Amino acid sequence: MKALCWQGVDELSVERVPDPRILNDQDAIVKVSASATCGSDLHLIGGYVPAMQAGDVLGHEFIGEVVEIGPGVERLRVGDRVVVASFIACGRCRYCEEGQWSLCDNGNPNAGMGAALWGYETGGVYGYSHAMGGFQGSHAEYVRVPFADYGAFPVPDGLDDDAAVFASDAAPTGWMGADLGGVTGGDTVAVWGAGAVGQMAAWSAGRLGAERVIVIDRLRDRLDMAERHLGVETLDYTDTDVGAELRERTGGRGPDVCIEAVGMEAHGTGPQYAYDKAKQFLRLETGRSQAVREAVLACRKGGSVFILGVFVGLVDKFPLGAVMNKGLTVRAAQQHGQRYIPMLLERMAAGELETRHWATHVMPLRKGPKGYELFKNKEDGCVRAVFHPSR
Amino acid sequence: MKPIVKSIALTAGPVVLREAMRAIRNRRVIRRTPLGDSRWLTVTVNAPPDDVAGDERVRRALDLPGLRVRITPALGGRGTELAALPPDEATAGRTGPASRIAGEDPRQSVRRALRDAKSLVETGEVLRTEPTRPHTPGGKLIGALARRSGGEGRL
Repeated sequence: MKALCWQGVDELSVERVPDPRILNDQDAIVKVSASATCGSDLHLIGGYVPAMQAGDVLGHEFIGEVVEIGPGVERLRVGDRVVVASFIACGRCRYCEEGQWSLCDNGNPNAGMGAALWGYETGGVYGYSHAMGGFQGSHAEYVRVPFADYGAFPVPDGLDDDAAVFASDAAPTGWMGADLGGVTGGDTVAVWGAGAVGQMAAWSAGRLGAERVIVIDRLRDRLDMAERHLGVETLDYTDTDVGAELRERTGGRGPDVCIEAVGMEAHGTGPQYAYDKAKQFLRLETGRSQAVREAVLACRKGGSVFILGVFVGLVDKFPLGAVMNKGLTVRAAQQHGQRYIPMLLERMAAGELETRHWATHVMPLRKGPKGYELFKNKEDGCVRAVFHPSR
Repeated sequence: MKPIVKSIALTAGPVVLREAMRAIRNRRVIRRTPLGDSRWLTVTVNAPPDDVAGDERVRRALDLPGLRVRITPALGGRGTELAALPPDEATAGRTGPASRIAGEDPRQSVRRALRDAKSLVETGEVLRTEPTRPHTPGGKLIGALARRSGGEGRL
């Protein structure tokens, strides 16, 4: 089959690779109809996430049709159209039962690698390095889905592939930021990053009762999209002092909840950004955390900061003093998609949640390298490139 | 820097460094004990103790020569602590970095067995990962680390 493979730092190619097979009784094989690029893929491509092998298939946000099931699959049927959570989780360990699906104890066969990096292993992820299980990704014609009864969700009729695909990862990730960030009625919420996840966090904050939502980015087309589709306020950090602006808009208090949806390759301005770029280039830190720092400093006393952007290792100049002295609650997580996907699909089917506009560049899989180039460089207003393997 | 060298350094570097530091630390600890590393290895299984104790798959997974097995309720009714200790004579002199890199540290097979037992009780299977065919030096190194990975970690 065709697949988009990582070949080395900043090297992608479309190759012929072996078709996936059922390896466990609870596996399914899904024929991919749409697979989306994600900002966290850029960290893999740029070499910031360790443990990739040349030839690994990328992609973790996808929708498709079940074409084969193992003998242990009970809920799914061949022919089901499903969206699949990006994290591979068993559904029966303590973490899954508590709704913390990305922390699954049984979804990552390469436990020692995750434990070496983070103290304990997490669940597995499609196409996201051998530290996250070494599973092949969804930028391919077919993908193996382990624990299929727990990770694949039937898609309501009438939902377009290029809209429903985001129920796999971007939509639940954004919802989780607002939910676990503790957004409640009357809150003011600031969101760093106006990509799909940031826009979804902003939308979710509104649904959870926030009275005012402010989205921060430097990309005018994304800020315009957030204003147009979500009706939120926006800030372009390149032409204003974000901290001062947020204080002014919140009566001097600061936002109640700050959600960071940027990750380890944050852009910024000024000497701190130059410092981070230099340290990351020299591998003296693995992540540029400018957006996290700004969120921590901007947050009101006693407020909450949720880190949605992906980090894999060490960051420098983290303002721990601000966290401690302002009494902040800081939380973070990879997405617990299985907890939210059914609810989000219902909202999509009801027309309440619109996601189709994030798929700004829909293209055949063979144009995958070009899609990532557009996405990485934010060219042509690209919010997400979405690949259709069958085209 | 050539892309391939850069790729190897970036992907394998942090893990190798971390493992090397841990190996050095472990070596210091091991030297304090006469017969090797005598710490119990433990997982917590999301099932009642009677279910774990009576599960034939657990017995089979942990059927290793001389292995001592302990099954106790986890605090707060949070499942079962399943612990195992390889015999001193099996681990003595075989738990250093060289043994671990070679995959000959007896504790590696015990860690893997504990993880397998937990997964079998909780899910009914042990998840397998797709085979890969690495064709670069960096990829081969990652493949070797991945093969050892199930027997490593914080247990």
